[in-house]
This record gives sequence, structure tokens and C-alpha cells, in this order.
Amino acid sequence: MATPQTEVSELLNRKYDAGFYTDIEQDQAPPGLSEDIIRLISRKKDEPEWMLQWRLRAFERWQKMAEPEWAHVHYPPIDYQALCYYSAPKSRTDAPKSLDEVDPKLLETYEKLGIPLEEQKMLAGVAVDVVFDSVSVHTTFKEKLAAAGVIFCSFSEAVREHPDLVRKYLGSVVPQGDNYFAALNSAVFSDGSFVYIPPNTRCPMELSTYFRINAMNTGQFERTLVIADAGSYVSYLEGCTAPQRDENQLHAAVVELVALDDAEIKYSTVQNWYPGDEEGRGGIYNFVTKRGDCRGRNSKISWTQVETGSAITWKYPSCVLKGENSVGEFYSVAVTHHRQQADTGTKMIHLGRNTRSTIISKGISAGRGQNAYRGLVRIAKSAENARNYTQCDSLLMGSECGAHTFPYVEVRNASAKVEHEASTSKISEDQLFYLRSRGIGNEDAVNLIVNGFCKEVFKELPMEFAVEAQKLLNITLEGAVG
Amino acid sequence: MLRIENLHAEIDGKPILRGLNLTIGKGEVHAIMGPNGSGKSTLSYLIAGRPGYTVTEGSITWNGTDLLALEPEERAGEGVFLAFQYPVEIPGVNNVYMLRAAVNGIRKYRGEAEISAVDFLNLVKTRTREIGLKESLLNRPVNQGFSGGEKKRNEVFQMSILEPSLAILDETDSGLDIDALRIVADGVNRLRSPDRAFMVVTHYQRLLDYIVPDHVHVLADGRIVKSGPRELALELEAKGYDWLLEDAA
Repeated sequence: MATPQTEVSELLNRKYDAGFYTDIEQDQAPPGLSEDIIRLISRKKDEPEWMLQWRLRAFERWQKMAEPEWAHVHYPPIDYQALCYYSAPKSRTDAPKSLDEVDPKLLETYEKLGIPLEEQKMLAGVAVDVVFDSVSVHTTFKEKLAAAGVIFCSFSEAVREHPDLVRKYLGSVVPQGDNYFAALNSAVFSDGSFVYIPPNTRCPMELSTYFRINAMNTGQFERTLVIADAGSYVSYLEGCTAPQRDENQLHAAVVELVALDDAEIKYSTVQNWYPGDEEGRGGIYNFVTKRGDCRGRNSKISWTQVETGSAITWKYPSCVLKGENSVGEFYSVAVTHHRQQADTGTKMIHLGRNTRSTIISKGISAGRGQNAYRGLVRIAKSAENARNYTQCDSLLMGSECGAHTFPYVEVRNASAKVEHEASTSKISEDQLFYLRSRGIGNEDAVNLIVNGFCKEVFKELPMEFAVEAQKLLNITLEGAVG
Repeated sequence: MLRIENLHAEIDGKPILRGLNLTIGKGEVHAIMGPNGSGKSTLSYLIAGRPGYTVTEGSITWNGTDLLALEPEERAGEGVFLAFQYPVEIPGVNNVYMLRAAVNGIRKYRGEAEISAVDFLNLVKTRTREIGLKESLLNRPVNQGFSGGEKKRNEVFQMSILEPSLAILDETDSGLDIDALRIVADGVNRLRSPDRAFMVVTHYQRLLDYIVPDHVHVLADGRIVKSGPRELALELEAKGYDWLLEDAA
């Protein structure tokens, strides 16, 4: 029987499970960002002129903007001219019609990640739109979705096949000039997912996208647009991993959600980008803009995120509550271990009457990780009877980590009810000893306590995702308490 | 058999136990009494393996196994159980879920297969009835929002599920009214068996009216200063501890 100490050190030395690299010939643009590169991306993707013009306008905006510095994160300056903005597996000159046409090495990669691409294995009811670097490779269950009138395809395909929908909604939630990284994404985004749920339709399965950064020195700039038309419902899952590298990689995505009258969107993310090693070498810079627009009456948008990866996380999935009686929710678990830094939270912008929002944020800091919650609750003058409940808890493991809370509340309507609760705690020796004295090993005891701490968020995740998230959390925190 | 020999232990450099000797045989119930600050809780914690204490001399063995060399969870695997004086609250962790992890942790240590969900639930059902634990407490977070009596009953409930061979009760009577005391004592008495040793730590003899010990020991100033039959507890109640402390000095 190994003693717990040796188990812990074994676990500590365990490698990042998804940190392999797939050697596939890449069709890659030269590094650097210019109008020419944007034209190249647009041409590669065979885009219509309006799309190119939209990109160029964004690029113009971006050039006049400055990188934000207010976040509680620290990193050396990014050389945007050293990054490569387009990369696609070369074997795909024509989009594959079936799995047989997909490069077997790609399939192997997904196998390792545990994504069953074969449709037989997909009977569980998850349709996956896989984004491998910049190009969407394979979309499963398209027919079944099509029968329900649901559009679920790569963003590039949507630009070609559903230009009216794209033009109507693209940038309507996150405008081009919203922030530095959103502007950059708008100029160079290479692919992503597009979802449209027609009126009064309950999407027949959970939709899922697996993003993966593979090529070196490539920024991944995917763009996701989800539109839930009146009376519809969709649950969307997003999982992320990236191979292990010594360089930092940039991931600047934009996600836009639109919920019309009586529509509901549930958007769940499990983010496991490579976090860098114990000393903070390598890892993904995850600078993401996610926003949902509750445009219609009685609409609802719910964000659930489990953030365990990335060297730096900068993201604030937000809800703009325009429609009367609309509801916004944000459930978050953010973990920082070793040298990871996270500045994450949400914005709930109440504009409509009787709008309600709930924020449950759980931050866990271990090693020398720094974890900041940053949240804004804004109740506009027009938002009669708006309500918000915010709960923001931090758990510290060890003595070298940090937890920070930056809550902003702006209330311009006296009828508003805004509640805020916050707590910071350490895993107590008493709790650990209590569990261990019952026969539960040290690591398991830590996992039990941490999972208990996150329970309110995990229960919001779809079942399979909740299990995965729990495992991921346990792996991330291995060795965090000696 | 629990054998403690010449045990010296300190916390933060401050000596608490100074040469404690104690032997508890299978099937026996021993009561440890003594004034506040005499080292009763320290003794319980040392047997269960709470971190933070330094043993400077002496040994604790259970059925020949050196307990001091083992982690707390390994001691549980060897059959040791401590009912806490102040049971700890663990937010978000389901009581029964925790208990199942404990059962399986112990089974794993012993090289046994995990308990099946059905067997476990049946066991829980039976014990819940026997101990008189409110069923609503089963799926609540461990000890969170439990009353003082409910916490103590939960400790005895856990003990009845884990079926230890050495059970230590650390002031299980503190904070209990007479009805709760009787219920907890009934639960303990139900578990008495020729295969199980009990060490009952208490400040008051009242508990011993319900859990009748085979032997009573008085712990004072870090040592056992007097041992005797059950009647010793009654004598202590009548005379207090001072006469023993003077004797010891």
C-alpha cells in the first residue's frame, strides 16, 4: 500500500492528458496581421464581399484600440504580428462528405479526447460540430436536426448558406468595436458554430462544439452565434482542450446569443485549455467575449462555466435583459492552480421590467494561482421591479494563492432588489481530518470538499458534462493540498 | 488489543501527555475520565491520527499494528473510529455519499471489493432505524444545520455503518439533554460485542449510567493516575478529582 504522500507526488507529476500534438500538414497563412491577411482569410473561406467588408471595418476599429489593462492579470506584451491568423488541415480542400474522407489522424486526435465522432456512438444524442483549428471538420446528426428545422453548422457554412440570418444577427450582441479582443476576433475569425432554432421548436438534442487549438503559434478566433427564435429552446455545450506547448497561445473567441420572445438558451462550457506548467511556462491566453441578449419577452439565457484550464482567463459571459420578464443566469466555477490567473465573472444588464438575474460564482485558488471575480449588476432606469441575487464564494488551498472580488452594482431604479453575498474560506484541517478519520484518503477528501463547494454550479450542468467537470476539477487540483 | 505504552506527546512544543499507559482488550469498554485540560481529547486524537501532535516517546499499537506509523485513513482501515466531540460541517457534501466513500475507502484498504449500491442502501436503512436518525438528515450536507443532538446521533450512525473494531467516543455526551443521551447510549450499547473495543471519554459519570464500562481510568496531568472498576466513576462523582490530583502529586 503506497502512502498518501507518494500517491500525491505521483499525481502531481501527472501530465496534461490532452497535451498531444497531431502532425497533420497545415495550410497556414504567414504570421502577422494586415489587410492582406484578412483578405486572404476571406478568400480562403470563399466569403461574399459583405463579409470581407465587415472584417475590414473591424480591423480598422481594432487598429485604433488599445489592449485593456484593467484586469487583475499579468503577462508580457503580446506581439500580434508574430501570430498566425489562419491555419487549416491541408487534406481538406473539399469538405469531407463522410467520416471516410476525414484525415484518420484527426479522428485519432478526437479519439484521444474521447469524442466519439462515429454516428453510431452518437446515439447518446449529442451532435458535435468539431472545430479543428480554423475549419469545421465534421457535423454529426445534421439530418435529424434539419428535420426539426434546426440549423447547426460551421460559421463559414452559415455565411454561405444562411447569409440573411448571419447578416441580421452577427455583431448585434457583441458589436465589432465592443472591446479590443472582440474587434480582433471580428477581423480575423476563422470559423466557429452557428445555431438557429426556429420558432416553437425544442432542439431535439443537446448541441456540442469541441474546440481545439493544434497548430503552433496560431491564435484561435472562433465565433459562435446562437439564435433561439420565439418559443424555442436549446442547450449548447462547449468543451475546450489544447496541446501542451512552451509558448503561450492566444484564444480570442466571441460568442453571441440571441433569445427572442419566450425562448431559452442554456450555454454550458467546460474549459480545459492547456494551463501552462507549474512554473507558468506556456498555456493559453483565453480572452473571450461572451454575451447573451434576452431580446424577447420572457426569454431566458443561462451561462454555466467550469474553467479549469488556460494560463490566463479573461472572460465575462453576460446577459442583456431587454425583454420584459426576461431572466439571466450565470453559474461559474473557476479554478487556478500553479501559476494560472483568472479574471472572470459576468455582467447582468437589466433594461426591461421585471427582469431577474442570478449569479453564483465559485472561485478556487491553489498553488500560486490568482483568481478574481469581477461582476457588474446594472439596473437601468427603465427596469422596474428588477431583481438580482449574487453569491460569490472563494476557496483557498495553500498559502501562496490569492482570491479577489470586484463586484460592481449600479442601480438607477428604486424598485430594484439587489442582493450580494460573498465568502472566502480555506479548506480546513478539521474537515480534512474528519473525512480521513472515516477512511477516506487525502486526495479523495479534498475532492469531496471541493466538489461540495461547487455543487450549486455542477447541478446546473447537463448530466454527462457534470461528471466530466467533476473529474476535470479533481485532476486540476491534484496535489493542491499536501 | 489496544496497547499504549509510555506515551509522551506535545502540541506546539507544549507537553500534553507524559508517560501514558493504557491497555484495552477486545470486547471491553473502558471509560476515560478526568478534569478539563488533562489530555483526554489529545489521547483520542492521537489514536485516530489527527495531524499537529508530536509524539516524543512511546507507542500506540492496535492488534500489534503500529498506529503511529499510519495515516488517519489507514487507521480507519485498521478498524479505528473516532466519534468527534465537535462533529465537523462539510457544506455541499451529502451525508450518505460521504459515508459510502468512507465504506469503500476502508474496503479498498482491506483489499475488498466496493460495496454494491443496493447493499449499501439496505445497510443505511437498517442502521437509520436502529439509531433513530431522522431520514431527512441522510441526504443533507454532512452535519450542516444539524442540531447538537443530531450531530452526535449522526456520529453514532456513522459508527454503526463503518462497524469499527476500536471505537473511541470523545465526550459524546457533551451538550446532550437526557433523552438524546439515552438514545445515543442505546445506539452504542447495540454495537457492544465481544469483537469490539470501546474507549469512552467523558467528563461526567452520567453517561456511564447508560454505557456501563468494564474499567474506569482517571487521566490527569497527561497520565493515567488511577484505574478501577465501574464504581470508581461513582466515587469520582461524589469526591471530585482533587483528591486524586493531590495523590498523584
